[in-house]
Amino acid sequence: MKVRNAGREDKVELMMTPMIDIVFQLLIFFIMTFKIVAPEGDFNIKMPLNAPSEGLPDDNQLPPMKVRLRATASGRLAGIQLGQRTLPDFKALQMQVRDIVGDDRGPGSVAASTEIELDCDYGLRFESVIDAITAVSGYVASDGQNIVKLIEKIKFAPPRPES
Amino acid sequence: MRVDRKKKGAAFIEGDMTPMIDMTFQLIAFFMVLVNFADADQNARIRLPSSELAKPADTPLDSPITLQLTRKGKVIFAADEVPVSGLKPLLLRERQVLDATPGKSASKATIVIRADREAKTGTVQELIKACQETGFERFALRAKQQEGSS
Repeated sequence: MKVRNAGREDKVELMMTPMIDIVFQLLIFFIMTFKIVAPEGDFNIKMPLNAPSEGLPDDNQLPPMKVRLRATASGRLAGIQLGQRTLPDFKALQMQVRDIVGDDRGPGSVAASTEIELDCDYGLRFESVIDAITAVSGYVASDGQNIVKLIEKIKFAPPRPES
Repeated sequence: MRVDRKKKGAAFIEGDMTPMIDMTFQLIAFFMVLVNFADADQNARIRLPSSELAKPADTPLDSPITLQLTRKGKVIFAADEVPVSGLKPLLLRERQVLDATPGKSASKATIVIRADREAKTGTVQELIKACQETGFERFALRAKQQEGSS
């Protein structure tokens, strides 16, 4: 069979310009919308309204441990109290909670049945509350990876009046 | 001096585009993977407190509703910025939507509170109280992961 164009090389040139245009536009779009966001985590709190009046009291439920956080006029942390005991910092609070809770974990353990009630001054900065919740809810194990949980039931006392 | 260009012929240098296109596609792939369209609920004005225990959750929250509390005590909810006292009508509307959706309810929904680290705790408590009075029970106080902790 005779091929008409045999021996003649047809060079097909691709049009690269439109593709490069679009590719650069995509690149600029993604660069402009790119934002580095720090990972975020949550501290879960279950606080139904008027919960204590509902149902019978749980026998395993210990009375809540009260953590009192006092603030200066500017909102900075002025003092920490666990029950009647005054503590110098959140590290000491964590050590106290670790002593109370011990190593026992799981259902029915002290950690599972204990509740912390945070009683804070109105003007206290929220970061101190998160520091307190961090201190009582767990700590990073010595391996630097795993989190050892302490008390997970956390609630707020009724808000104090604004001073 | 006279330069005769015609004799030498037009020099047509065609650059090799392949490495540039390779790099560009790799950059696009990088940004596409890292792009985060879900940060609509993250207002740049809110500077979250940090915690070493704040890790991204393994499972997504059930019907999350994000409330952002500024340092000045204003609540940012969706596109609205209202004081805490004006939040109830918005929450009631949200509750009606949840109650009308099969399998969802206000008591099962989680209110995610993204409060500024310098916000007053009393305002956060007022915010929680307003949510409680509307029928919400579950709350998640959001903090950012502390730098240095993995």
